[in-house]
Amino acid sequence: MSVSGSPPAADSLAVGAWGDAAVKFGNSVGAIAGFLGILLVVFLVAGRARGRLARPLAVLVFLGPAVLLLVVGLVAPLIRTVYLSLHNADGSRFVGGENFGWAFTTDSVQKVLVNTLLWLLVAPLAATGLGLVLALLVDRMRGQSVYKSLIFMPMAISLVGASIIFKFVYEARGKDQPQIGLLSQLAHAVGWSDPPNWLLSQPLNTFLLMVVMVWVQTGFAMVVLSAAIKAIPDEVVEAARLDGATGVRLFWYVTVPMIRTTVMVVLTTVMIITLKAFDIVRTMTGGNFGTQVLANEMYSQSFGQSNDGRGGALAVLLFLAVLPLVAYNIVQLRREREVR
Amino acid sequence: MTDRPRNPVRKSFSSPLASAFVIAMTVLWTIPTFGLLVTSLRPKKDVTTDGWWNALIHPDFGLGNYHEVLFEGGSGSSTGMMPFLVNSLAISIPATLFPLVLAAMAAYALAWVRFRGSDAVFFTVFALQVVPLQMALIPLLRLFSGGAHLGPLTLIPALGVKGSYAPVWLAHTMFAMPLAVFLLHNFIAQLPRDLMEAAVVDGASHFKIFRSIVLPLCAPALASFAIFQFLWVWNDLLVALVFAGGTPEVAPMTVRLAQQAGSLGGRWELLTAGAFLSVIVPLIVFFSLQRYFVRGLLAGSVKG
Repeated sequence: MSVSGSPPAADSLAVGAWGDAAVKFGNSVGAIAGFLGILLVVFLVAGRARGRLARPLAVLVFLGPAVLLLVVGLVAPLIRTVYLSLHNADGSRFVGGENFGWAFTTDSVQKVLVNTLLWLLVAPLAATGLGLVLALLVDRMRGQSVYKSLIFMPMAISLVGASIIFKFVYEARGKDQPQIGLLSQLAHAVGWSDPPNWLLSQPLNTFLLMVVMVWVQTGFAMVVLSAAIKAIPDEVVEAARLDGATGVRLFWYVTVPMIRTTVMVVLTTVMIITLKAFDIVRTMTGGNFGTQVLANEMYSQSFGQSNDGRGGALAVLLFLAVLPLVAYNIVQLRREREVR
Repeated sequence: MTDRPRNPVRKSFSSPLASAFVIAMTVLWTIPTFGLLVTSLRPKKDVTTDGWWNALIHPDFGLGNYHEVLFEGGSGSSTGMMPFLVNSLAISIPATLFPLVLAAMAAYALAWVRFRGSDAVFFTVFALQVVPLQMALIPLLRLFSGGAHLGPLTLIPALGVKGSYAPVWLAHTMFAMPLAVFLLHNFIAQLPRDLMEAAVVDGASHFKIFRSIVLPLCAPALASFAIFQFLWVWNDLLVALVFAGGTPEVAPMTVRLAQQAGSLGGRWELLTAGAFLSVIVPLIVFFSLQRYFVRGLLAGSVKG
């Protein structure tokens, strides 16, 4: 389909677009109607059961779909990925730890592993730290909800959208041309006449990409931590003040211990989201210029080069990297349930 | 986010310096998005010749970029953003509703239909939350395209759903399940026990209780999860890339934008307009439903 840009062509194209939209929404609405229809029938039929069958039937109907989806969508693939990681590119031959050996001994992949570790440490700590400072400072300001909303807003924006926003901020041009990227302009404004091309200079670019993640996640950390601080009982704070604690001491010996669990939850959540650094890297640099991360490399290995073995091995490494978080969270949940 | 009575912890951090810091941060956090919006409204020649901040002094705004990016798509592409925008909606709405309903049902069963091993199921579901999606992609893609086989035995036939929304809906529903069950369980488990027992005494089946008691009482929790899931699906890139490909038939806006970020290189007037189009829906959802959104967030991370 060629687009001339002349008004009639554009108009007919627009009409086609509306027709296309109608069909697509039709599919969507049809799927929803079918889904709800089936549920309704199942509910009507299963709801008539009485006696000894009633409870097992209820468990099956209520829990069955979710368990099935989880087994097919997560548990089985998990096992399958581990299996794939121990096999060659097309899964036809068992190769043991060869794919993992490849990951740890290839220079380019080592760099990817280091980058991923940096992401998992720096971005969550920065976002949580900044969020904590803001939570402490914003709560006693007038009109705090306006500040909170604006800082929280990036949380709603996709990482792809955020990446384009920041790609524009980092846009760099020759020093004789007018700058259209905010960062370059600021550099010029403070007298740095020849700043580097931001996204091309290693290792600065990896940290500039992390800024996007911090920009998105800080508001989340702030909102959650601010709620935790508000939940500290007044009596606790009063008692500490009677004992002479003020300012920084009050913060370290009362506030921090009281919200420690929440800080850990926030840190964990941000780390899990940081695994999606994939979106940012893919949109901003495509993994070039030394910015590659595990998730993106895994995607290129599996879907670009059709090497399921290596892709699987990288996915397993990614899982091992978050395993401590899994363990921590399960212990934490167990403890909470016992208290309850 | 309301102003509550002041608490001494906060008072001790009070100073003009602190206020200045918060204000500076807010400005810093807002400027990048603002620059995107301003640029997307400027004519092409202005965008490439000077910074968007100059447009605030000599404004010359119009919606031309939006028309071009929606229906024409810029150089080197045959279609505009429009089909991708439609795809985003057509993917997001079912992919929000399906996990919401199925997870609410599972959460109810785990909370109120006691059976042997329900705790074990709950912990397993909780633990699955932290499995990176990347672990599931390749096998799931193979399952959708080729079915599941154990030797000569076909466990699940090939679904023949390639090129439709179904794999994307299904994948999102599967991946959403652990968090959805966990969050809704937190809420449903806290419904008053007396109420549930009274309903059982009255002879109501679990199906009746679920429909006429649980769903209405859980509306706020359902709303907050729905917002979450909608934003998550709308904003997703990875699942869409793997299960929808990159064609105008199925792929959502995020996929298209990520492609354009590479291919449209210097055409910032189109890239910014496209990006703003993809951002506007989540922003509307966010600002109009913020209260529920925050409540859902807190239910998930702050117990109390």
